[in-house]
Amino acid sequence: MIIEFGHFALILALLVAAFQTVVPAWGARVNDGRLMRVAEPAAVSQLFLLLIAFCALMHAYVTSDFSVANVAINSHSTKPLIYKISGVWGNHEGSMLLWVLILALFGAAVAVFGNNLPATLKANVLAVQASIALAFLLFILLTSDPFARLASPPADGNGLNPILQDPALAFHPPFLYTGYVGFSIAFSFAVAALIEGRIDAAWARWVRPWTLAAWMFLTIGIAMGSWWAYYELGWGGWWFWDPVENASFMPWLAGTALLHSALVMEKREALKVWTILLAILTFSLSLMGAFIVRSGVLTSVHSFAVDPARGVFILGILVVFTGGALALFALRAKDMRFGGLFAPISREGSLVLNNLLLVTSAATVLIGTLYPLLLEATTGDKISVGPPFFNMTFGPLMLPLLLAMPFGPLLAWKRGDALAAAQRLIFAAMAAVVVVAVAYAAFERGPWIAPFGIALGAFVMFGAITEWATRIKLGTAQFDEVARRAVNLPRSNYGTLLAHFGIGLMVVGIVATTAYQQERILVMKPGDSIEIGGFELAFKGAAPGRGPNYREDIAQFDVTRGGAAVTRLEPSKRLYDAPPQPTTESGIHASWRGDLYVVIGDEQTPGSYAVRAYFNPLVRCIWLGALIMFIGGGISLSDRRLRVGAPKKSSRSSPIAAE
Amino acid sequence: MTRKQKRGWMIGGGVATLTIAAILVLFALKDSVVFFHTPSDIAEKPVPAGNRIRLGGLVANGSVVRGAGTTVSFKVTDTLKDIPVNFTGVLPDLFREGQGVVAEGTIGTDGTFTADSVLAKHDENYMPPEVAKSLEARGVKLGGSAHPQTKSQ
Repeated sequence: MIIEFGHFALILALLVAAFQTVVPAWGARVNDGRLMRVAEPAAVSQLFLLLIAFCALMHAYVTSDFSVANVAINSHSTKPLIYKISGVWGNHEGSMLLWVLILALFGAAVAVFGNNLPATLKANVLAVQASIALAFLLFILLTSDPFARLASPPADGNGLNPILQDPALAFHPPFLYTGYVGFSIAFSFAVAALIEGRIDAAWARWVRPWTLAAWMFLTIGIAMGSWWAYYELGWGGWWFWDPVENASFMPWLAGTALLHSALVMEKREALKVWTILLAILTFSLSLMGAFIVRSGVLTSVHSFAVDPARGVFILGILVVFTGGALALFALRAKDMRFGGLFAPISREGSLVLNNLLLVTSAATVLIGTLYPLLLEATTGDKISVGPPFFNMTFGPLMLPLLLAMPFGPLLAWKRGDALAAAQRLIFAAMAAVVVVAVAYAAFERGPWIAPFGIALGAFVMFGAITEWATRIKLGTAQFDEVARRAVNLPRSNYGTLLAHFGIGLMVVGIVATTAYQQERILVMKPGDSIEIGGFELAFKGAAPGRGPNYREDIAQFDVTRGGAAVTRLEPSKRLYDAPPQPTTESGIHASWRGDLYVVIGDEQTPGSYAVRAYFNPLVRCIWLGALIMFIGGGISLSDRRLRVGAPKKSSRSSPIAAE
Repeated sequence: MTRKQKRGWMIGGGVATLTIAAILVLFALKDSVVFFHTPSDIAEKPVPAGNRIRLGGLVANGSVVRGAGTTVSFKVTDTLKDIPVNFTGVLPDLFREGQGVVAEGTIGTDGTFTADSVLAKHDENYMPPEVAKSLEARGVKLGGSAHPQTKSQ
């Protein structure tokens, strides 16, 4: 009964979305305030209806109602409660429901919090947002009904794929989707602005907080996915350049570019045409990601069940929305005037460089991801494009980006002084040189270039600190003035420096763990011991164990360092009851120096196991960096100046850099 | 600096970046792309020894033999032809006889494939699409491996 209620709510949401697509847009066209205002209650009720549908499905999962096909296929009565809940979005149908729920959430948020938006813009934004929801609701109801019933319900369900039964992965999709789908708002704003044909600095001010919110969640969502892959897949790696990973990474790159170009547009009214285009492209890449993940056209280690009909439908959505928006763009772009000009060495110039490199790198990732598809379609050859491709193309593009990053915020708008910025960064550069020396001393072997990579990350981190020190006049002013400036420094500045600092930290982690990872693969019998990463690892033997819904063989390793006991690691091999699938659970000892990472393979001869041990230096910096970026985004979002309802402030009031 | 010069800088920088990126992409595609073959493909058109390829198919029943240490050998088959594979390392969880695999490595002069990575997907019902497609193309029935489909009432 509740299920039918949910299904009904979903159909009602479709009708509301159709209404919300047509009526407010018509109202904006004929300038009828009453027609435009219906968008707000429509957006809120659409969210409400989708919440009902979502809760109905969740109820079916929690109560293990196996008469619902989706539950029977993806859940099991003995599964722990948290995974019954996360099982709702652990499958194609349920995750699409989450997708439209988040679409509606952003729409309703604009309806409720966007009080300062001009009536026509708001009506158009909500209409475009509703049209996206309409397309996806149609998709769900026609190809992926989560509420389909089974005529003869099974006694128990098939169970959730065991590798998805994990706390980090349970909450990874909601974060990821909030980011992914959140860019729809930037898209809706862009299309609404094109429909109206009016684009100014205020537009960027309205769009930026939404983009920032989506970006934050996408950042942490990708990081959670990477962390999960690291400890759950048992390969010791944290990023595989897999098509599904790329699918979320491309919108991140474009979205990061969008955040920066919207800043230029807001402050200087420049890059208007470009920013609009970027807003369209960012969400198009999100749609492209949905297509890649759900159509099965590309081989991936973690995509959903394959169904060509769904792929074609999503491709249709992609073509209609991206194509439509780009056509509208082509029609209107010639009427838009270019804004303020600036010298190449200036804040704007540095942000243009940022955009150029980010968008180009997103394009190389796109080529690497889609090239196998194109080649197979044209020549029939089947190929795979692996990490070497991305390392060769993406890496060199990041180099100038990271080098320029500390300079950007130290340059003034319009015309900057590169020399003055360089002088300010002298301490950061010196610190980076020290880091090169320290890295050479700390890691004996490895590529000669790696210490420079680590130093580059350190330079970005010190650069962020330098920017902060400059702004609060640390070292040049009296203590009370420094303190006052530190307190008064806008939160958006703190957000920027934290985000930049986080990137630097991440680079340090990436380079260190890539260049200096130690790996040992061998067969160990009880009593054997090996040395890795400064630890001694002694295998004590393996014993069978039993969890709530799996059996396992737990291996025991005593870890010592210089004779002193450190910890005991217990990697295991599990066999789940439903579905009967084996998984590898890694044993990880995290320390400041790096992670000791152990997994066991098959039992070779009775009692002896294949063992894979890694030492991953500084690997935690990668996720810590992402967490700092997330926090930076949050702090920036809480800035009064960025708040959606904040009064309009003169855009010329802060001709900054170093004052 | 004039208006024109300022715009020139931007356009020049953009073109330069794109050119460098294009060159990088072309070189990378030439060097790092790995072709996918099935045992029958290799029987029809041999791959030069030492070329890096991906070999896909099913793990032949009864072919898995453990050697010294973590060395294991098995045969990859597309039910028409098969190729012996050697691998040293830890096999993925889902590696099993009769299941789909993709091995990456090089083929030797004796026709034995030396893999440095072996992939099997994290899904009971999974078969790498390339494998499934080429098996289907060769008329092999894929019984029991389809994902249960949700049917609307």
